[in-house]
Amino acid sequence: MRQSFTVGIGGAAGQGVATPGDIFAKIFSRRGLHVNAYNAYQSIIRGGHTFLMIRTGPDPVTNMGDRLDLLIALNQDTMDRHLGLLTEGGACLYNADQIKPGTAAAGVQLCPIPVSKLADISKNKVAQNTLALGAALSMMGIGFPALEVALAEQFGKKDQAVIDENVNVARAGYDYASQNFKPFAWPLPMTDTKYAVLSGNAALAMGGAAAGVKFYCAYPMSPSTGVLHWMASHARKAGIVVRQVEDEIGVINMAIGAAQAGVRSMCATSGGGFALMSEGLGLSAQAEIPVVVIDCQRAGPSTGVPTKTEQGDLWQMLGAAFGDYPRVIAAPLDIGDCFTLIPEIFNVVDRFQCPGIVLCDLLLSEGRLSVDPKNLDFQPHIDRGDLITSNGEPHEEYKRYLITESGVSPRAIPGIPGFTHVVSSDEHDENGVLISDEYTNATKRRAMMEKRMRKVEGIEKSVPPPELTGPADADVTLIGWGSTWGVIEEAIELLREEGISANQLQIRWLVPLHGDTIVKILKNSRHTIIVENNFSGQFARYLRSETSFVPNGHIRKYDGEPFMPHHIVEAVKEQLAGNTNLSVPVHEITV
Amino acid sequence: MATDVITPKQMVMADLKGKVDPDWCPGCGDFGVLAAVQKALVELQIPKHEVMTISGIGCSSNFPGFIDTYGMHTLHGRSLPVASGMKLANHAMTVLVTGGDGDGFGIGAGHFVHTMRRNLDLTYIVMDNQIYGLTTGQTSPTSRVGMKTKSMPFGNVDAPTNPVSLALSAGATFVARGFSADQKHLTELIKRAIEHKGFSFLDVFSPCVTYNHDNTFQWFRPRVKKLEDNPAYDPSDWQAAIEKSLLWGDEIPIGLFFERNDIPTAHDADPVLKSGPLVHQNSRIPADVAKSFIDELM
Repeated sequence: MRQSFTVGIGGAAGQGVATPGDIFAKIFSRRGLHVNAYNAYQSIIRGGHTFLMIRTGPDPVTNMGDRLDLLIALNQDTMDRHLGLLTEGGACLYNADQIKPGTAAAGVQLCPIPVSKLADISKNKVAQNTLALGAALSMMGIGFPALEVALAEQFGKKDQAVIDENVNVARAGYDYASQNFKPFAWPLPMTDTKYAVLSGNAALAMGGAAAGVKFYCAYPMSPSTGVLHWMASHARKAGIVVRQVEDEIGVINMAIGAAQAGVRSMCATSGGGFALMSEGLGLSAQAEIPVVVIDCQRAGPSTGVPTKTEQGDLWQMLGAAFGDYPRVIAAPLDIGDCFTLIPEIFNVVDRFQCPGIVLCDLLLSEGRLSVDPKNLDFQPHIDRGDLITSNGEPHEEYKRYLITESGVSPRAIPGIPGFTHVVSSDEHDENGVLISDEYTNATKRRAMMEKRMRKVEGIEKSVPPPELTGPADADVTLIGWGSTWGVIEEAIELLREEGISANQLQIRWLVPLHGDTIVKILKNSRHTIIVENNFSGQFARYLRSETSFVPNGHIRKYDGEPFMPHHIVEAVKEQLAGNTNLSVPVHEITV
Repeated sequence: MATDVITPKQMVMADLKGKVDPDWCPGCGDFGVLAAVQKALVELQIPKHEVMTISGIGCSSNFPGFIDTYGMHTLHGRSLPVASGMKLANHAMTVLVTGGDGDGFGIGAGHFVHTMRRNLDLTYIVMDNQIYGLTTGQTSPTSRVGMKTKSMPFGNVDAPTNPVSLALSAGATFVARGFSADQKHLTELIKRAIEHKGFSFLDVFSPCVTYNHDNTFQWFRPRVKKLEDNPAYDPSDWQAAIEKSLLWGDEIPIGLFFERNDIPTAHDADPVLKSGPLVHQNSRIPADVAKSFIDELM
């Protein structure tokens, strides 16, 4: 079993849950430990309840895990809700002045901090947070200097007195814990690698910058807004024009305008905003202007649960905009992949002059993951496709929609002498002529339709088919897509410890699907289960519609929270025992 | 060799002729607007490959197909955001936006208002015929109260929008109105609108000869009065422009209502665009900048 340690910090919004979270992440990653963080929160700025889980360890931590080792309760609510999650060996730090301890399980250490005795709470409003930070690090066996550095950075913009005050408070907590609380049985180790810690949204934005995106626009919508924030704050250094637009209809059309000018252009939203973009997506397809749209899924329909995760937008993406047209849809597997996928999908949409959709979700967008900086490559391979950028050699009459075998017509960017043309949302002839006499001509319409749809074949060849990981003769094959990659992988490890061998087929490219490859893989499987974060089994239905393949069972979750490894483990066991073919695990952490 | 220096040839009207002739109804006001735009470009001698004409959907929005410049025929009501993206990504292009009253003031009204407050250097020409033509004659946002159409057979119950006062209050830095039948005046207005550094809005009466039997050429002719004929009228006076914009009836002002040149264009105000059009900039992130992005996360 991989070793890991998980800290949970709970409090009301506005109580400062995020800051200790960031400091823990920084200290862990600088020790060379992996970090995975997930914040369960509500759509509220002050009050309510928020619960941040940070998991760390020397091996990759691909999900939030199953277990809590340390609970930091910033209010009574946290104590009441989450103390029960601690098992033997765990500990709970809390403010002894204000919080009444609950009944803990056997072997759980209750650690009251006498906050008003250790700090001047009239001066320091977040004294309990800082004391808890110090105490926690002491119990984890981490030396104090790491915290001192992190605090100095955290309060770096304020004067030295503020830094000193907080360092002193932290030290008081550190020392108090050393004398009064039992350290954890497993002191956190160190490794030589230093990791970057980033959110999926930052990764998507940085991936865009690496891909050569020069234009980014958006309308604020949770959980995608972090992409806009990164872009806006780094625009000048990165040389990217960033605009906040009046609505998502404006967003997609502005992105398309910039793309037609010849730059790589990107935008991000969530399901509701994407619904408004649907018509624009059709314009991208029909006028053959490549653009990349990121959908950070949240629980729907409608306003739904804006702060909770779901994989519920797949069919919206498959059916977005009317008519038939080539499209590309890919779902990143983890936060690091949010970065890597963007240049890849841009290469595909640039080559095939069609819209590309990145199907992310709140789990990745707002989660945090440690990534080896080597994997944040700002010089990725860039293929702009058949793009005419200068007038070059003399040429025959330029036809923007020239009928070719591949379906791809050379694309001249505006501003070049001798290549004037019109791109059009109407059906059109090869040269872009859009009057009704032309596009109502059945022969021409058919030829144009076939030209565009021929691109599908090239798109399919341009992306790799999915691969099975794990033993070929496993008892069970778990099929997932996008962000469930990490939690399924860990569930498989846990199953192995219980004597059940499992392998995994994780889908990253949803369109093109490579259905034949998938069926070829799955027909050798003994038992197949599709795992997804939605009610109706959207991927299962898609796979069946494309391939007629029907799995033996399903594991689904649609309560707004992501899967934890034990959810999948227990579901697999009940399904292999023949008890059910549809498992809907219950989420134990209530926010 | 195409790269040889060729003495620039004077551009003439024929150079701007589109691949096909307009399929507008005979006598449509839009012919006059097309001719005036072509004349303005010829008089300004803007090379046609440096011009981008962008439209929405509707009779008048077929415009880009009838002029030989770069063009985009986009979605109903969405020409302005498309044009905004185009201009921000290549501000060396002269970007003309063409469309109708339904496209711009109905389905596209939100974009209209927001584009004006950004002072993008666009020239927006609305062929305003107070009717939906391509859908065969329904009430438009500028149809008068009581006007009978297929969609409101007992008369329009909604008050018409006033595009000129709307543009003035939304912050457009150039606001004018023209009349398709007055070619010389319209051409001059289009030239000034193109030359204006910032967002130019030009509402043009362009009568629909098939579906609008109220606002005909004959109806407009005696009513339109040029602001330029009044030497006391000062187009830098926003209050006076608002007052003039409210006139409707026996006297309908046309001409330049308002212009100000003290607000930088969106592309001049963006530090990223200081080094030239975005499309010509390097799209690779320099190594030191990339390193700083990663260092923030360590």
